[in-house]
Amino acid sequence: MTVSPAKAIALVAKRELNTRLRTRSFVIGTIVILVVLFGYLLLQANLFGSASKAKIGLTGQTTGIAQQLQTSAAQIGKEVQTTVVADPREGRTQVESGELDILLSGNAADLNVLVKSDLDPQFRALLNGISQQQVLNAKLLEADLDPAQVMREVNSAQITLTTVETPDPGRGQRLVIGLITVFLLFFGIQTYGAFVAQGVVEEKSSRVVELLLSTVRPWQLMLGKVLGLGITGLVQIVILAVAGLVMANSTGVLTLSGVATGTVLWGVVWYVLGFFLYATVYAAAGSLVSRQEDAASVITPVTMVLTIGFVVGFNVLLQSPDGAGTRVLSLIPLFSPILMPGRMALGTTAGWEVALSLVLTLALGSLLTWIGSRIYRNALLRTGSRLKLTTALRG
Amino acid sequence: MPDLEIDRVSKRYGNVVALDEVSFTVRAGELFGFVGSNGAGKTTTMRIALGVLAADGGEVRFGGTPVTHETRTRIGYMPEERGLYPKMKVLPQLVYLAELHGMSTGEAHRSAENWIARLGLTERRLDEVQKLSLGNQQRVQLAAALVHDPAVLVLDEPFSGLDPIAVDVMSDVLREKAANGVPVVFSSHQLDLVERLCDRIGIIRSGRLVANGTVGELTAGANAQLVVQAPAAYPGWAKQIPGVRVLGEDQSGTVLELESDVDDQTVLRAALATGPVREFRRRRPTLTELFRHVVTGGEK
Repeated sequence: MTVSPAKAIALVAKRELNTRLRTRSFVIGTIVILVVLFGYLLLQANLFGSASKAKIGLTGQTTGIAQQLQTSAAQIGKEVQTTVVADPREGRTQVESGELDILLSGNAADLNVLVKSDLDPQFRALLNGISQQQVLNAKLLEADLDPAQVMREVNSAQITLTTVETPDPGRGQRLVIGLITVFLLFFGIQTYGAFVAQGVVEEKSSRVVELLLSTVRPWQLMLGKVLGLGITGLVQIVILAVAGLVMANSTGVLTLSGVATGTVLWGVVWYVLGFFLYATVYAAAGSLVSRQEDAASVITPVTMVLTIGFVVGFNVLLQSPDGAGTRVLSLIPLFSPILMPGRMALGTTAGWEVALSLVLTLALGSLLTWIGSRIYRNALLRTGSRLKLTTALRG
Repeated sequence: MPDLEIDRVSKRYGNVVALDEVSFTVRAGELFGFVGSNGAGKTTTMRIALGVLAADGGEVRFGGTPVTHETRTRIGYMPEERGLYPKMKVLPQLVYLAELHGMSTGEAHRSAENWIARLGLTERRLDEVQKLSLGNQQRVQLAAALVHDPAVLVLDEPFSGLDPIAVDVMSDVLREKAANGVPVVFSSHQLDLVERLCDRIGIIRSGRLVANGTVGELTAGANAQLVVQAPAAYPGWAKQIPGVRVLGEDQSGTVLELESDVDDQTVLRAALATGPVREFRRRRPTLTELFRHVVTGGEK
């Protein structure tokens, strides 16, 4: 009876998958994140909806500007639905209940605007424009000029617009896709990396590791664990990403499904690389301690590096997606797996940047795996107080 | 089944010599008791046999060929530091360990169920190990050593922490394994148990094997002992007899050790001189006495 290395690794990985996938925390965790994601998307859908669409109630003399409202709104990319409200008091109730966004009264030259809490700045400008137009028309008539004639001339004076880049109407969506990707990758690598460390500590603290090492080699045990937990994490991230995509498409928030699908695929690639980079570091960190109580003290430093990458990366991506800082950070291998896919979703990466970050991450990952497995092998059977890194490295 | 040979195995930790050319052979079908004080080198020897620890010198052979990682899967091992996955259920845990030692899933299941029944764990088979009593956890630990039907058994302190019934179960299992031709080596501090159970015994002191043989062989060289019950005798009655050492004296009698040239009839006459003699018999020293003698011998 012998066990091939591949068989041993597969058995260890299968155990990790079985013990993690079937737990209540996996199911509940996935559902909670899905609910949060769904809530966020609904919020987005509502925000977009309410900002670009408005229901305007018209009372008294203001009913005459309905047509003008529609045309002006269309020019700035807003959609307006107008209704005539006979009783101003009825209109007020409708604004209070949210049935109407805006209630207009008075006359065109002197508009009274009633809103629930605040008026969208673009609508404010639009309504001001209509009022001023009325006043202007009156003044032109007083000066014995034909307002229609004057306005034609005024309107023909237009700026000449030249853009340096082709405008991307989907930029907002791309940013949201990028940020969600950054979050999911951070979440996946951090959570399942910490599981690797905890698993190693569990085997050490329960002493089961000695029994395992009498039949499995340390590298097989480590690789099996990393693979098993990595796959579990991948399953969860893919579930979240696919569910998120479906929800975003169905709620109409997402119109760039091509970009999103590409991002999910690249996200998987970067998750695999990022997990490869961090998992052995987590395993080595876990092998330094023998008690669950000490686990946090070795996991935290690794998680800190990831968290810094996430927090800083998230912010620079939000503020200046094309900035030099973002570009440099995303090329640092420890941050690449989180930031690069975010930038790629924005479509601001050059091919060479992606290639370089892939190569650098792979190189650092290989180096860390080599060092990590050495520490792991040397530290695994040493129980007692926390081992020094140098001691574990020397063996 | 082949023999397990420990051949001149040495191990140093810095300047401390943990094992100094320790050699012994556990023959097929033999129960070998490995005894020694704490820190003498028992656990180190066993860990080296399992490849958990690397030796600085020497070799461990099984059936004449050095034990490799591949052949090591045929050894059943019970580490001194007991360990199982606390949150894993008994049956899946045993199946997992059997598979890791090369059994197919089907075989692993059959074997795990078999040992669970044999060791009286049937009702606990789907409980998490951490929810079991300490005694039951020990039984699972034994099952973990046996579940892959090993060709060699290396057990570090298998009897420690067992209740008397579990001791009987464990003894039966070890005897049965040996009867099937498996070389079994185990360490223990319970010397009466070792004496009763083992075919041969090795005593280790400060990393050196100082005695190795059957109980009979080991005690043959020792001085004869006499148990004398003379109720009327005054305390210390035997002290004056030349060549006689008093090992113990109480109401049930006196235990004496005789140097090889002393005639036991001289002792009998001295005993009769004190009054009636109810019991007078020769006996072999026990393993415990032998152990004390051997282990402290080096310091005298």
